[in-house]
Amino acid sequence: MASGEFTIEDLRRILHEAAGESDGADVDVGTMDTEFIDLGYESLALLETGGRIEREFGITLDDSTLFESPTPRALIEAVNARLTVREPS
Amino acid sequence: MTSRAVVTGIGVVSPNGFGAEDYWAATCGGKSGIDRVTRFDPSRYPARLAGEVSGFSAQDHLPSRLIPQTDRMTQLALVGADHALADAGVSTGDLPEFGMGVVTASSCGGFEFGQGELRNLWSKGGQYVSAYQSFAWFYAVNTGQISIRHGMRGPSGVLVSDQAGGLDAIAQARRLIRKGSDLILSGGVDASICPWGWVAQLAGGRLSTSEQPDRAYLPFDTDAAGHVPGEGGALLIIEGAEAARRRGVTRVYGEIGGYGATFDPRPGSGREPALRKAIEIALDDAELSPEEIDVVFADAAAIPELDRVEAMAITEVFGCRGVPVTAPKTMTGRLGSGAAPLDVATALLAMRSGLIPPTTNVTLAPEYDIDLVTTLPRRTPVHAAVVLARGQGGFNSAVVLRSIDWNGPKEGNEHGIR
Repeated sequence: MASGEFTIEDLRRILHEAAGESDGADVDVGTMDTEFIDLGYESLALLETGGRIEREFGITLDDSTLFESPTPRALIEAVNARLTVREPS
Repeated sequence: MTSRAVVTGIGVVSPNGFGAEDYWAATCGGKSGIDRVTRFDPSRYPARLAGEVSGFSAQDHLPSRLIPQTDRMTQLALVGADHALADAGVSTGDLPEFGMGVVTASSCGGFEFGQGELRNLWSKGGQYVSAYQSFAWFYAVNTGQISIRHGMRGPSGVLVSDQAGGLDAIAQARRLIRKGSDLILSGGVDASICPWGWVAQLAGGRLSTSEQPDRAYLPFDTDAAGHVPGEGGALLIIEGAEAARRRGVTRVYGEIGGYGATFDPRPGSGREPALRKAIEIALDDAELSPEEIDVVFADAAAIPELDRVEAMAITEVFGCRGVPVTAPKTMTGRLGSGAAPLDVATALLAMRSGLIPPTTNVTLAPEYDIDLVTTLPRRTPVHAAVVLARGQGGFNSAVVLRSIDWNGPKEGNEHGIR
């Protein structure tokens, strides 16, 4: 759950819950650098996914962070950066 | 020359039949889809019966990506659209995307989805509201989702006039065909059997509170006391006759021949309700006389005052018992914007089969001088049909459908139209 690190498995699970499974390639180690749009997820799917990540991990992702993280790797890094900032508390 | 609007495909999702053939068999067999509500516990509500599309699982029919972003009505509409396109033999990828449009009707939007998100808002807070709420509840969402799924990017829209909207949408499709679109997917599917949708309908004061499925919705009967709501509807593929010829279409159900719409005078004005006028406008538009109509599909409100208005309008236009009248919606309940498109589909199937499906459970009240087809289907050739629909607030619409001898000898420019 919301402890420690945000992983590729977390992203895949939340993406599926939020926006369903894409017909194309799934999010995994092989598609870390493929843009979400090419994986079949448009901006609204990311907005919904971002909202669920915020709720589950207790962080805040502003819209610009979401849209400046066009790939799974970038989004995972952005989420983990916020988790690290939060850690000391 | 403006193009004739012909129906080449039918998709049905109805409480008593999934798919046009299943629905048609059920409807001619008098099979009802009305029963106690199962989508929520109705025990604390005064109305407890509905026509539900039972056994429908969106996952079986639609891609996973579409499920989290769609209300049940949209899921049913997407499946109905798939059926209609398949029935018409249309591969949307092979046709110019701006030549195809989508015009649906909606009476209330995605209530069930909206209810869930409103509950999230007041019980948990704004962060818990789905981003998809931004459009999933929308009146226009069925049109939008069908358009996106099939790449139909031509003129599109939504009509909102309660139950009359189902005919208004089909008339708009015809208008767009006349303006040069090749193909318009049109009709309506509604589904709001959820507590929020239920209380909204209860507030309208027209729901039957009977708990007997075969006694709850009795239009034109002395025991008429409101209607049973239902979910579902029909979607049609409407094409310009020339475009259909170009595409090599070999089977056409019929033509959208005429349309009329009126608005009732202010209540208490003493002026005549405007339903009769809507029928007359539609017949004029179709250039048909009342004698040429073989069946009327009634709106069938099952509110005595409204039944009286409708029976009188039919009698005034067609004469006493001058035309067979039917209301197969006694087997489905009233489907909101889906009701009239389903009646249009039923009328076209009646033309194909030479069979008028019955108005089940009803014993005609002696005060109505109409030839109501009850109990069993009636075998008779159907070349032209009138479908009526009314919407709460004073909407009246009428559509005239006409058969076409599509594969018969061509007469000049008329494409073999009778």
